[in-house]
Amino acid sequence: MAEILVLAEHVDDDVKKVTLELITLARRFGEPSVVWTGSGAEQGQARCAEYGAAKMYVAADAAFDDYVVAPAAALLAQLVREKSPALVLLAGTAQGKEVAGRLAVKIDSGVLTDAVDLQPGDDGPVAEQSIFGGATIVHSRVRRGTPIVAMRPNAVAPEPEPGAAEVAQVSLAEQANGAKVTNRVVAERGERPDLTEASIVVSGGRGTGGAVGFQIIETLADSLNAAVGASRAVTDAGWYPHQFQVGQTGKTVSPQLYMAVGISGAIQHRAGMQTSKTIIAVNKDPEAPIFELADFGVVGDLFKVVPQLLEEIAKRK
Amino acid sequence: MNIVVCVKQVPDTWAERKLKPADGTLDRASVDGLINELDEYAIEEGLQIAEAQRAAGNEAEVTILTMGPDKVTESIRKALSMGADRAVHLLDDGLAGSDALSTSYALAKVLTGTGFDLVICGSESTDARMGVMASMLAERLNVPQVSLASKVEIDGSAIRVRRVSEDGYFEVEASLPAVISVVEKINEPRYPSFKGIMAAKKKPVQTMTLADAGIDPAAVGLGGAATEVVDHTQRPPREAGTIVKDEGDGGVKVAEFLAARKFI
Repeated sequence: MAEILVLAEHVDDDVKKVTLELITLARRFGEPSVVWTGSGAEQGQARCAEYGAAKMYVAADAAFDDYVVAPAAALLAQLVREKSPALVLLAGTAQGKEVAGRLAVKIDSGVLTDAVDLQPGDDGPVAEQSIFGGATIVHSRVRRGTPIVAMRPNAVAPEPEPGAAEVAQVSLAEQANGAKVTNRVVAERGERPDLTEASIVVSGGRGTGGAVGFQIIETLADSLNAAVGASRAVTDAGWYPHQFQVGQTGKTVSPQLYMAVGISGAIQHRAGMQTSKTIIAVNKDPEAPIFELADFGVVGDLFKVVPQLLEEIAKRK
Repeated sequence: MNIVVCVKQVPDTWAERKLKPADGTLDRASVDGLINELDEYAIEEGLQIAEAQRAAGNEAEVTILTMGPDKVTESIRKALSMGADRAVHLLDDGLAGSDALSTSYALAKVLTGTGFDLVICGSESTDARMGVMASMLAERLNVPQVSLASKVEIDGSAIRVRRVSEDGYFEVEASLPAVISVVEKINEPRYPSFKGIMAAKKKPVQTMTLADAGIDPAAVGLGGAATEVVDHTQRPPREAGTIVKDEGDGGVKVAEFLAARKFI
């Protein structure tokens, strides 16, 4: 059976949900081999096994903590040469895409990013991508080398299936160099789920009126155990930090439920959320383009609708 | 310091963007092109770094590097009127249909020829949105990749940046020459002044063909691309949802919808 390489995204021993999605997806094409860089593999192994990883290549070199992007690409290139996998899967995060790009150059293979689905085809895997703000659906494939595909988080539902996740220690053949990490700063986000991985995202826009008004978005998000997102108008105005911006120049999310509150829904915002499964909009302007996308919409004042919604959610808990 | 800013002309995100039915490449003719918005931050950063270098008594030059058909001269003019010193335009029909991998090959060839201390890219383009160009160029040029920067500091030949991460940022350092990419929060791109627009008309724009840059024609264009579009369709409009007017029960109605879909 063909071997499929999956680059694990993890924070120490905490395996990110997107990794489980990638292992699940890899099973469509062959036997998943997880590539684990840095520390935490001992604890992460059980989780990878639970989702059907057959093998786990563990490289614990210090280079993975000290340098960004380049060592992971070097390790993957090394494994592609040794194992001749049929496919390499990565998370379509900013960093995952950078690793995919470097790997593509190293092994002279085609790379596809932001895939929302991947299916076997006669001439290799066919990726589905949603482009131009979600207006066009494209199917593409790699026609040279080992296909490298970066999948958008939430594209596939993780499904458990027991696997051996047999560990093989590997190490980087080449000396790491380049850009050295001197410090890592993790922003406070409390207990909220990661924006790109969350099943539910509650986003606020210009309609919240300011940093104080925006707090209601956080309250609503917390009541639904959701991540908080923001439109560009909000982050540009400094009402909420930039890393939470959803849209063309910010993050792309694809959750089960996206709630757009006080967001008009310009094409640049839609580009970041159009592939969400269910969309709810609250906006006082009945002409707001966000309503064209909404499965359910309320035309009204968010400061009246949201407090009532919070009461209802509390009642039903 | 020789600073090269890579700029891509993209279709206006406000316009209706399409792929060509025949080969699945971008239909650039039917829509207005403009500078990829994220590249404007790259230009601004290049200009600010050059200004700081000059203020410290060092020579500095900002070159715009772009590839694309004739009409990208509009974007070149804009970049020059913002203050860049000169431009290199890789212009050859053989480039049409290049994918990211072959584009990085072509740009790296030009960069190797012209030389550089610092290459600056935007973090992604608003059309393809792959976000791979800086990392591909760093790999090809065998220099450090210092990407996704929200802050850049240069001290002699050392470069230190704040790299945005999924949940915060890293502080990363490397030595020049290097390739960096910048995110939109790094600066506020300037508008071209009238003086800048007038001055841009006299600035040198060097046009290069594949042969001029020593690029293998078989490695670029549709034929050289390592990926291909199988098919493409317009997304059917989403099924019209239920839109209600808040009659004092809007919150209850949202809650009912959430409950019906088992979100609460």
